[in-house]
Amino acid sequence: MSTSVKSLVNQPYKYGFVTDIESDTIPAGLSEDVIRLISAKKNEPEFMLEFRLKAYRQWLKMEEPNWAEVGYPPIDYQNIVYYSAPKVTEKKKSLDEVDPTLLETFEKLGIPLSEQKRLSNVAVDAIFDSVSVATTFKEKLAEHGVIFCPISEALQEYPDLVQKYLGSVVPVADNYFAALNSAVFSDGSFVFIPKGVKCPMELSTYFRINNGESGQFERTLIVAEEGSQVSYLEGCTAPMYDSNQLHAAVVELVALDDAEIKYSTVQNWYAGDAEGKGGIYNFVTKRGLCQGKNSKISWTQVETGSAITWKYPSCVLVGDNSVGEFYSVALTNNRQQADTGTKMVHIGRNTRSTIVSKGISAGQSENSYRGLVKIGPKAEGARNYSQCDSMLIGDNAGANTFPYIQVQNNSAKVEHEASTSKIGEDQLFYFAQRGISMEDAIAMMISGFCRDVFNQLPMEFAVEADKLLALKLEGSVG
Amino acid sequence: MIRDNSETILSVKGLIASIDETPILKGMNLEIKAGEIHAIMGPNGSGKSTFSKVLAGHPDYEVTGGEVSYLGQNLLELEPEDRSRSGVFLAFQYPLEIPGVSNLDFLRVAYNSKRKFAGLEELDPFDFDDLVEQKLEVVKMDAAFLNRSVNEGFSGGEKKRNEILQMAILEPKLAILDETDSGLDIDALRIVAGGVNQLSTPDNAMLVITHYQRLLDYIIPDYVHVMANGRILRTGGKELALELEERGYDWVLEAEAVAS
Ligand SMILES: Nc1ncnc2c1ncn2[C@@H]1O[C@H](COP(=O)(O)OP(=O)(O)OP(=O)(O)O)[C@@H](O)[C@H]1O
Ligand SMILES: [Mg+2]
Repeated sequence: MSTSVKSLVNQPYKYGFVTDIESDTIPAGLSEDVIRLISAKKNEPEFMLEFRLKAYRQWLKMEEPNWAEVGYPPIDYQNIVYYSAPKVTEKKKSLDEVDPTLLETFEKLGIPLSEQKRLSNVAVDAIFDSVSVATTFKEKLAEHGVIFCPISEALQEYPDLVQKYLGSVVPVADNYFAALNSAVFSDGSFVFIPKGVKCPMELSTYFRINNGESGQFERTLIVAEEGSQVSYLEGCTAPMYDSNQLHAAVVELVALDDAEIKYSTVQNWYAGDAEGKGGIYNFVTKRGLCQGKNSKISWTQVETGSAITWKYPSCVLVGDNSVGEFYSVALTNNRQQADTGTKMVHIGRNTRSTIVSKGISAGQSENSYRGLVKIGPKAEGARNYSQCDSMLIGDNAGANTFPYIQVQNNSAKVEHEASTSKIGEDQLFYFAQRGISMEDAIAMMISGFCRDVFNQLPMEFAVEADKLLALKLEGSVG
Repeated sequence: MIRDNSETILSVKGLIASIDETPILKGMNLEIKAGEIHAIMGPNGSGKSTFSKVLAGHPDYEVTGGEVSYLGQNLLELEPEDRSRSGVFLAFQYPLEIPGVSNLDFLRVAYNSKRKFAGLEELDPFDFDDLVEQKLEVVKMDAAFLNRSVNEGFSGGEKKRNEILQMAILEPKLAILDETDSGLDIDALRIVAGGVNQLSTPDNAMLVITHYQRLLDYIIPDYVHVMANGRILRTGGKELALELEERGYDWVLEAEAVAS
């Protein structure tokens, strides 16, 4: 590509600031004692400590996975801080008591928590390092019987509910990172939508990593009872550090009969600099269980950050006629590596799944889609449709597609379509000849490419996602 | 429409340009004044499209000699998008397809980029819709094309017509039409040529690249240039095109060989 195309400058990561706040941090390292300490600090019920210890003992026996498509130096697990929380003396009754520095931090990130400025019709749970600092609209949600609170709080107030569902979708020893998370998670969000309730507003959690050495291990659990509906959005950013930070979250979704859960993610962790220094390692386990008949779980993700992303939001379709969906845009630039995709496991009859994956790779990045569609022997009439499109920007980026299909029932139908396209210099010249700048040209083409996915996002976030991608791609052509 | 005191729109002197180290333009000279229509004809591969792309600023070409002045400024110093915003328009020989971007959005962003450049306020989508509706008339194009992706799946002739729609909206000062007639059916040729004539004013100029006299029956040129091997070998009035149609290019090339 020509130098004029190359010369667009990279937009710096605008969330890369560090908040100066006193925190309660335990020394780096992992042992049973550390786990007991975390559990004690959080004053957890006994079952929770057992859960953690069981996970830890399993984890010790497990081996860190070694994937073909992502490469990174070994992680020293004894060098990570497993608990870091902004120092608080007692629980906050209202937002007025939350440390103003923290409120400012979220304000700066565009997530206003204060009463006057908060997003209308979106309830936000803000998580700073590993701890929830504020949840908005709690009372309004309570009127409908909806529980939306930090999982640490749920463990105090609704321990039976948590015990019933925690680990029911992602067992403690599911995989290396899930086991680690189960052992050490410090906070996350808990959502419970009772029978027949349509959650009156969007629920949103905003994750912020601040501490340089801390790993972030959140745990999210969403339960939708019979006939209920909820739409949940997760957003995330981190400061810029030279060293890599580990993020290993677990998200579990449970949908009972006729329930619907829509889970959207706009992920913008720090991705490291142009040479690949620093950035978040994002190893996340997300799984939804369509336990009831006619239930539906839909994942929508816009992945733009992280140095390395390894993530496969999945649906296990147990209930007859249940539906799983996965809509994804994964963008990689510079030296980023993403290995992402989904797993759709069809167990019940007439279960249906749709996969729409859009991968955009720029710079020298590598973007792999890995999708598993598994149709079990009893999944009479199951159907899957997958579409995987890749777009390459520049000559040095790579894209791979690995569809894995396992069908054990003859009546099932599985369709897979894939395409690769490239933003070419001649297309950019065509735009330029009509007076349209390269930034606008790329933004227009990318937004067209991603439209099928963006249409799935809640309105407020679709526009944001569009802007975010444009920003991330500035300077990427070359 | 030639007036002796017309302003000079384009002045090309000794232009030399190459691609991948291969020289293509080998000393182009051309002077275009306001109100004039120039035609360039010439054998395949003589460098006509290259010339048009060099004027528009395509990054693949390297200019190694000569100068180009446009409305008194050095055109070669301007970025391609600024050339466009200053009024240089190229109707491409092979218009590109842009999947996922609607024709209407494309037109609006292009139009507003030009307005912003001129220090004018952007037109809101409603006013812009009205403008587009009028301009569709110029090329008799169906509004259904506005909601489709730019040129995607358009027939050859539809793409050419879409180029002229863009030209009608951008109202260029210098329009370069590279084989806009090829691929058009007989009726479309008449419509497109009629559109181009509507857009021609005493203040702007056109450079029409074509292989066929029939376009020049509708768009009547003030000058006809014969280009071969990266240079203009002969310039004449509109009768030259008729002569070429009858005799081909060989006699021009031979006459040049004798002269040099
Ligand atoms: N990358 C390249 N390397 C070498 N030569 C090239 C390259 N690109 C184009 N050319 C050559 O440049 C010459 C001029 O091409 P151009 O497209 O300008 O011709 P043209 O006069 O428009 O022809 P036509 O009438 O067929 O449209 C051709 O001989 C072509 O093969
Ligand atoms: Mg040509």
